[in-house]
Amino acid sequence: MAKRLKTPLSEQDVRALKAGETVYIDGVMYTGRDEVHIHALEYHEKGKKTPVEFKGAALYHCGPIMKKEGEKWVAVAAGPTTSSRMNSLEPRFIEAFGPGAIVGKGGMSQATVDAMKKHGCVYLAFTGGAAVLAAKGIRSVSGVEWFELGMPEAIWILNCENFGPVTVAIDAHGNSLFSDLSVKIKENEKKARAKLGLA
Amino acid sequence: MFSEGDIANATVELLRKTVVKLPKDVEDAIRKAYASETDEVPRMQMKAIVDNIDMAMETTTPMCQDTGVTIFYVAVPRDCRVDVAKGIVEGVRRATKEVPLRPNAVHPITRKNPGDNVGEKMPYITWHMHDKDFIEITVMTKGAGSENMSQLAMLTPSQGLKGIKEFVLNTVLRAGSNPCPPTILGVGIGGSSDIAMKIAKEALLRPINERHKDPEIAKLETELLEAINMLGIGPMGLGGKTTCLGVNIEYAYCHTASLPVGINVQCWCGRRGTVRMYPDGKTAYLTHEG
Repeated sequence: MAKRLKTPLSEQDVRALKAGETVYIDGVMYTGRDEVHIHALEYHEKGKKTPVEFKGAALYHCGPIMKKEGEKWVAVAAGPTTSSRMNSLEPRFIEAFGPGAIVGKGGMSQATVDAMKKHGCVYLAFTGGAAVLAAKGIRSVSGVEWFELGMPEAIWILNCENFGPVTVAIDAHGNSLFSDLSVKIKENEKKARAKLGLA
Repeated sequence: MFSEGDIANATVELLRKTVVKLPKDVEDAIRKAYASETDEVPRMQMKAIVDNIDMAMETTTPMCQDTGVTIFYVAVPRDCRVDVAKGIVEGVRRATKEVPLRPNAVHPITRKNPGDNVGEKMPYITWHMHDKDFIEITVMTKGAGSENMSQLAMLTPSQGLKGIKEFVLNTVLRAGSNPCPPTILGVGIGGSSDIAMKIAKEALLRPINERHKDPEIAKLETELLEAINMLGIGPMGLGGKTTCLGVNIEYAYCHTASLPVGINVQCWCGRRGTVRMYPDGKTAYLTHEG
């Protein structure tokens, strides 16, 4: 049985996770990508309160396709976006708001790994492009904030059940599956270069 | 004959099919890759991709939430009197609501989103004229995760074939986990800076199980694919055997003093669709039959 994670996450929940584990998420997740990071940090600098509480939250790097059915929003397709775009903002975001988990794809920079270790946060990798599978784990959408940023960039409040599978790709102890793998890739590169007749 | 309304209708249907279902060559390559992965992490990633492909088809839902920007290639008869562009623009607007597509197209500086995927030079249309009586519309719905990893190199002629190989390998390494591997690479060699990038994208319109008709280029495609798959970046960059599903190369003659190379990176979701509209009102979705 894969582990189930219930949001919001306590520091203890977060620190108990180990890189390589498979988990499923229950509870609320907030979407937030480029514009949400920029705006939230501006709010933080001005001492203004953001419309949602990010402390212990799961922040999902996702710009979903949403459809309005009557008065309610429905998540049609909601896979992760490329997390590395947020590399320059995430360490500050983690320090300012203390989220418990960042859900995305592709991994994040060493500075983010360090911030996660320091402040207690994990990175959960979901399969890029698997947007219908992701939407299946979203039971309902309870609201949207900063809608003026546009559908992909707004904060969508997602109620999740059994969202996943996601892989703990960066844990709160400084371990990253992506950095482990990059050592192997460096080795493999030599073989690939030899095959192509490159020195 | 053709009307703008017919073109808009066909465009909506073409976009729906394109974002919901992959062309057969891409889907086959993905299923083959899933079967070939043996370790747990890459198997889980490929299973999620395969399950997602099936669920998207069952529910007629876009496979990926990034339904891209719409890049069109249109061939029209020489005596075509209908405003095909107007029909396509209307089709994109309607498809954004009806499929639905994510409203992705924004002003590049203000980042303002009109909400209908239509704006200055978007949808982007490349025109051809042909000596046939039908209109053929091809679309790529190009997502940003992979597009952002695309590269242009203005190599010197002395860097030659080795320089090209080096550039391709470095582009894949630099992209790493970001473009949703396993990827498909479109490589444009020669021409000029713009032509290299243009034919790199057009290379992605060729099925990945078809090699270039020039045997030397075909050999280079296969060699690059094999080398890339030795890197072990794997599905979603979490390690594994499949980093790339296919390498398609196109070339153009270039200036004796240049060697431009363009690389257009495509994620596993290699969406492309083609519809043919005949004067008798019949339509055929060539990439999405059956």
